[in-house]
Amino acid sequence: MPLIKAGQPAADPFLQIADGEPLPAEGAIIVSLARWQEERGLIEPRRDLLGVRLKAADLVEQIAGDLDRLAVIVLEFPKFNDGRALSQARLLRERHGYRGEIRATGRVVRDLLLFMHRCGFDAFATDDHVTAEIVRKSLAAFSLSYQPAADGRPSVIELRHGRRAAALGAATEQGRAGGQDCCAGGA
Amino acid sequence: MYAYDSFDQSLIAERVNQFREQVARRLAGEISEDEFKPLRLMNGLYLQLHAYMFRIAIPYGTLNSRQLRTLAHIARRYDRGYGHFTTRQNIQFNWIRLEDTPDILAELAGVEMHGIQTSGNCIRNVTADHFAGVAADEIEDPRIWCEIVRQWSTFHPEFSFLPRKFKIAITGAPHDRAAVKVNDIGLRMHKNAAGEVGFEVIVGGGQGRTPAIGVTIRDFLPKQHLLSYLEAILRTYNLLGRRDNLYKSRIKILVAAVGAAKFAEAVEEEWTRIKDGPLVLPLAEIKRIEAQFAPPQYAPADPFPPEVVAKRQASPAFARWMRSNVAAHRQPGYAIVTLSLKPDGGIPGDATAEQMDAIADLADSYSHGEIRVSHVQNLVLPDVRRADLPALWDRLTALGLATPNIGLIGDIIACPGLDYCSLANARSIPIAQRLSERFADPERQREIGELAIKISGCINACGHHHVGHIGILGVDKKGEEFYQIALGGNADENASIGDIIGPAFSADSVVDAVATIVDVYLDRRQEGERFLDAYRRLGQAPFKEKLYAAH
Repeated sequence: MPLIKAGQPAADPFLQIADGEPLPAEGAIIVSLARWQEERGLIEPRRDLLGVRLKAADLVEQIAGDLDRLAVIVLEFPKFNDGRALSQARLLRERHGYRGEIRATGRVVRDLLLFMHRCGFDAFATDDHVTAEIVRKSLAAFSLSYQPAADGRPSVIELRHGRRAAALGAATEQGRAGGQDCCAGGA
Repeated sequence: MYAYDSFDQSLIAERVNQFREQVARRLAGEISEDEFKPLRLMNGLYLQLHAYMFRIAIPYGTLNSRQLRTLAHIARRYDRGYGHFTTRQNIQFNWIRLEDTPDILAELAGVEMHGIQTSGNCIRNVTADHFAGVAADEIEDPRIWCEIVRQWSTFHPEFSFLPRKFKIAITGAPHDRAAVKVNDIGLRMHKNAAGEVGFEVIVGGGQGRTPAIGVTIRDFLPKQHLLSYLEAILRTYNLLGRRDNLYKSRIKILVAAVGAAKFAEAVEEEWTRIKDGPLVLPLAEIKRIEAQFAPPQYAPADPFPPEVVAKRQASPAFARWMRSNVAAHRQPGYAIVTLSLKPDGGIPGDATAEQMDAIADLADSYSHGEIRVSHVQNLVLPDVRRADLPALWDRLTALGLATPNIGLIGDIIACPGLDYCSLANARSIPIAQRLSERFADPERQREIGELAIKISGCINACGHHHVGHIGILGVDKKGEEFYQIALGGNADENASIGDIIGPAFSADSVVDAVATIVDVYLDRRQEGERFLDAYRRLGQAPFKEKLYAAH
């Protein structure tokens, strides 16, 4: 499967290791979450880059402590309309501060690419007919976003009021809410 | 009402371009119908029994006259001269050609409208009290918050592929006209002990195959935290909601499976982590949107204009209409007028292009150019001077829009049913038409009093049959249409799901069965007792006895 990163075809240095398949002596590998958890003692000391692939039903909290060690996390779209990986990616980026590669795999259809990108995906393992040009075009389909997400793009609210004004407004509002609603809001 | 700024405008312009390109790819055969389906659905385009159906969003049911004229124009130019207002305050056109849809969307974009998220497993058009901003009992205009939610949910990157569709409704008044307890999320604005206005957050209500009344997971949410709280609910649902079975994928199933308390706990935990993040609403943005929903400058008006008093005495028909179709306005001297889209024997929710144009003119003359769509499938002129009521009534009567049946037995909700819909098991519209004819006599309707009949042509419950005082569900029995009747459903603040009364009735006998139910009620009711209250007091037995003794 071709890999596209930053709008360009990219080489994939990682070898995908199926469960039950022996680990190669060296080289960058991607293993399943189960394999990672079971054979961590074997895998972690390797000197090469490591990646883990999660299923859509897996909780990202299961690798939250390992993020420093992982160069890539592969998230799966088992069907075009299964959006769980979008939440997984945002949690990895926004809650856990993960900075490595987040790669989309499975049904990576062109019309989801922008949503994936906004949620924190920066690599797409695509079908042959989704070319780098299509990826670039899809990511540029909308120049604005109403809501903040993991891509750092300012929201329309920030553009309307200025990022600082928005943050300032938020701070004032929080102060107000904190003062008035200490019992419910302060927990 | 809300007016787009340049940001809103560029976003829908980009959407039109994107969809134009997608349709071109489909027409050129570059993508299959299977691949095209999710794309067209995200723009409100369904493939029905006979043709494409196009559903256009009317955010929280608020329209201006210019928008309504554009809808009339679309009905004339691209459809067969009429449109159908839906229970989600939207409008549907039933006879659309695929190749026309990009042009239709472009015309809509010219009047700040679109078909975004009127279908698909995403956050759908947010609905509101159709009397928002003018109701005498209102605490705060919910449309401000609907608009904030509309923008946040539009092209939400994380929540556009949820386990299932997702519906949010907001009411700003204690009397719930927005059915918030039967939505995936219902928000009820109220004041806390300190006098601040915030939201009660209700989740997991819904209709369909497994009807449920929503449960409250937070009594009071400060307003500026609305979006982070919604995001916490949606994220919890997106990650944990079932995806293996279409009929078990709505949030109500998740809430029931884990229990309301546990679900609330998961949401609160998520929320505490994001509540002080970038989703906190800046005061400047709240003020900006609030200002656009500021009430118009009302000229002082006589609350008891002599022409109304005189007309009431002279015309019993006008007096009847005043009682059923005119509601109290918060501004003295003004009234809220509901235009019935339920003429005797008519199709609930349908309006012709000519009617739409005429209503747009009436809105300009009598109602500050504003129109509302109710989830009961009627239209509303929200700002009418009481002194203008006689003249308005004359005009509405001529247009066939003054049927005095709002809230009465003729004010039937019906889904499109097997006449149009590919999911339906039975027809809904002809049953509604026959019931409406049977009970056409306005004096009899008045005598029967408040009674909501709701009809769905299949288990998906688009016709809200679970919350009808009398709910009718079309079922297929070996290729024949049958109708199951449930009693005692209700959609307001005292929401309840109706009880199935017994075996289903044939298409021929279902209208008689409803008449029998009404007779039992009239016979057994106490002084001033509404149908719903009588049913709650009497239970099923007397109704059952008469219904199944007679058949």
